[in-house]
Amino acid sequence: MAKVPVQFTLNGSEKAEFVDSGTTLLNALRDKVGDTSPKGGCHQGTCGACSVIIDGELRLSCLTLAETCDGAVISTTSGLSENGVLHPLQRAFLDTFATQCGFCTPGMIMAAKVLLDHTPNPSRDEVVEALSGNICRCTGYEPIIQAVLTAARANSQNAA
Amino acid sequence: MAIRRGRGVAAINYPTGMNLGGDPTQALVHSTPTGNFMVTLSSVDLGQGMKQIMAQICAETIGVPTDRVVVDTADTDTGPHCMGTFASRGTHRAGNAVIQAAREARQVMLEVAAEELEVNASDLETDGQGNILVKGAPQKSISMFDVALSAHFKRGRSISGRGMFLIPRSYPEKETGAMKPSTCYAHACTVAEVEVDDETGEVTVLTVKNVFEIGRALNPKMVEQQLVGGSWMGISHALYETTEPYYPNRDHGGTDFNQYLMPGPGDLAETEIIVLERPSADGPYGAKGPGEMCANPQIPAVANAVFDAVGVRIDTLPITPERILRALKAQAAN
Amino acid sequence: MELRKSYFADVRKDDLHEIGQPRPRSDSPGHVTGKTAFFADRNFPGMLHLKMVRSPHHHARIRSIDTSEAEKHPGVVKILTAKDVPHNVYTILILIQVGPEDETVLADGKVRWKGEAVVAVLAETERAAQEAAAKVKVDYEVLPAVFDMEEALKPGAPLVNEYHGQNYYLYDSGECRKVRFGDVEAGFTGADHVLEQSYQSSPIEHAPTETTGCVVAPEGNDRFTCYTNTQAMFFTLDNTSIILQMPGSKLHFVGGTVGGGFGGKVDVIVEPIAILGAKLTGRPVCFIYSREEEMQISSPRAAEKVVIKDGVMKDGRIVARKVTGYTDAGAYSRHSPYGAQKGAGHYPGPYTIPNVWIDTYCVYTNRTPSSAMRGFGVTIGDFALEVQMDKLARLIGMDPLEFRFINAYRDGDMKAHRQPTEGAALIECMQEASRAANWPVAEKYMAMSSYVKGA
Ligand code: FES
Ligand code: FES
Repeated sequence: MAKVPVQFTLNGSEKAEFVDSGTTLLNALRDKVGDTSPKGGCHQGTCGACSVIIDGELRLSCLTLAETCDGAVISTTSGLSENGVLHPLQRAFLDTFATQCGFCTPGMIMAAKVLLDHTPNPSRDEVVEALSGNICRCTGYEPIIQAVLTAARANSQNAA
Repeated sequence: MAIRRGRGVAAINYPTGMNLGGDPTQALVHSTPTGNFMVTLSSVDLGQGMKQIMAQICAETIGVPTDRVVVDTADTDTGPHCMGTFASRGTHRAGNAVIQAAREARQVMLEVAAEELEVNASDLETDGQGNILVKGAPQKSISMFDVALSAHFKRGRSISGRGMFLIPRSYPEKETGAMKPSTCYAHACTVAEVEVDDETGEVTVLTVKNVFEIGRALNPKMVEQQLVGGSWMGISHALYETTEPYYPNRDHGGTDFNQYLMPGPGDLAETEIIVLERPSADGPYGAKGPGEMCANPQIPAVANAVFDAVGVRIDTLPITPERILRALKAQAAN
Repeated sequence: MELRKSYFADVRKDDLHEIGQPRPRSDSPGHVTGKTAFFADRNFPGMLHLKMVRSPHHHARIRSIDTSEAEKHPGVVKILTAKDVPHNVYTILILIQVGPEDETVLADGKVRWKGEAVVAVLAETERAAQEAAAKVKVDYEVLPAVFDMEEALKPGAPLVNEYHGQNYYLYDSGECRKVRFGDVEAGFTGADHVLEQSYQSSPIEHAPTETTGCVVAPEGNDRFTCYTNTQAMFFTLDNTSIILQMPGSKLHFVGGTVGGGFGGKVDVIVEPIAILGAKLTGRPVCFIYSREEEMQISSPRAAEKVVIKDGVMKDGRIVARKVTGYTDAGAYSRHSPYGAQKGAGHYPGPYTIPNVWIDTYCVYTNRTPSSAMRGFGVTIGDFALEVQMDKLARLIGMDPLEFRFINAYRDGDMKAHRQPTEGAALIECMQEASRAANWPVAEKYMAMSSYVKGA
């Protein structure tokens, strides 16, 4: 099968891969680049576990072809902490006990990150809206909503 | 046509363990040369937090802070046998095995400390911070760090222990059904408040107030995680979930999260959780298994609340708008 | 969440250091940084992908299987059928002597549910495996199927599973697990009211966000490491050892970090065939359920039918309870004979009733085999029992919560399965619920205790 070259920036570093045409970004990240933080919960766009940020927008990497990401700037949950210091969202997920099995967590954090990047002080409804494409089977969602609200508060305190 | 309110109650108990199969779990505990402790198991963490809870149980038993304990689990080359994570047995069975192993390790640790301090092991106690003290004379003490070093490099002792917890199999008596199906029982009572739209048949669960009796909350935040998530799943079971919506007909089963319905973050009931603790006689520090039963009482509580709201009984799960509308129609026809 | 320490304070010492403390979870940092390694995060060079050819019929004889076209498909490395599996007919609970072996790893001559695994295709890529699977030709002769438990139990119903010989599991006690306590008929005769009602559920999926699967790597020394999300490591290893007729010492299972289970990952389905594939090809193999397979192929919670007949007095005492429970096992046993029996041990619920009669059946139908799920053997029974309690209370004009106090079990009460009640706490849960929900009950109920009889 014909291989297609793709280059993109992943969490600040340059990546170049040859992928089979038709390979999803999810599989390219996990199997080729070795970033397994996006999870494949359905490979059909219904669970949100594979969420990543492409050029500032939330995207389902299972529904994104790798070859369409040439030149893109991609962020994943594995690149969120800097110098070993957790991002406020990661900190908040820990502090509010918002992870159980943890399989949905990287996707949830991506969805929350895009929300807070655009809306630093979201209402509860805005948080709910932002998370509504992500499935969690363990937590009942409330702790995750609380984690995002907590992170937003921490952000605004730091900014003040 | 109106939105009608109702509330319902349900009370339940739940058995811990699978006694009817014979129910074993084993554990090993050993110290490193600098006085940290390893717990080795083959139990599985499904997200309920098995690894963290076993660390806390080991730490409590040995007398060290939890962060001095590392849990290594679910590698069949190293971990001793565990029946598995199901039947609300994980914390109870593995916890008991870890306690037994940790007690044996603690005994060796105290013996080595006793030799170092030149006292009897029975005169020693731990302070929970990683030190071993002489009872009544706490100025005479030794750190576990030093005890472990001594055991490893000077005295040639292994600070280790084995834990074996087995509930022997109960065979039900053929004619009477006399049996011991489980160990201890957890309890719950839930009151649910709903709104039913009698035009669309749609049910909104407004509040659920759950009281759970779980023996002992080993880690209250983690207990809360399970109970909140379980309460959500119970509501989900009551109103939405099935792989065969027209059972026993096999058609129209959902194949993804768009078709298989569950409440999303925007559909949450206001959820209150209250926990009571009546320690069980046989559980680790009195704990029972809360993980399964926490999703049970909401289902009948919601069903009863729907009846209270609109006066029809839906005795088939899930309680879908279609079933409610059909029942309302039948009721109107009578 | 609130801990109400006032209850049972006399039997509880709150003097512990680590227990009872809300310590942070040691696994959370891995979760929030995406570093936690789930089984599917293991990737091995040269890994093959396994896809199943599945039955499109609920019940059919297999006349022939033709894999020749599929074998020619680019990327296909190996195709497995029933004859490749050393011990193809198995049942997982055989480890605790609950037989007979009644299920095939790969269908042999017959399929008994729509979705049953027939042929396994191993290929270089997932896509190649999928495409090749579509080229496998299976010639079926469709047989009549039965889906309804009542139909299945009727004489002359299509036989679902020949290994059982009838459409129910045969316990040592006969066609059902039985509990007999007191004289239930006398109880009904003496009762002020008798109410019989029936309750029904449909299959429910565990729907963990991580689907069932495993990744197998040959170690090069005749050993195989299987990274798996099973809920039971040795249960899976030991069953695999039986199915593959391979000494357990050749098998190394690594797991314990699972993206949700809820009982859905206790069946031994993916590991044996993936390990067989790795053995026969010498290559790493991954077999991961698609979301559709997780939803429709993996075992759901069984559908159940529960018929409850109660005799109740005007003063609120339940004097007799007869429960007949039916568990829809689907085409194979898996854990269902255990679940039905667990139900027998659970009824009549947390109430003290002098006359009890319980029959629980495990019934076979031509549907996806069901198995354990959170609340196994109990959840649907509790739904039925507690709706029935509500109906009984209304029947005699009593408050539903007060009605439960009257019947609640307390320490020392003899249960129907002849175990004295220990450590009861139902009454206290109801008292607290009464307060929390502002659902007042008479003072005498608030003064009750699980400790002693009479109040
Ligand atoms: S894996 Fe992409 S949405 Fe589920
Ligand atoms: S924590 Fe398990 S799916 Fe969200």
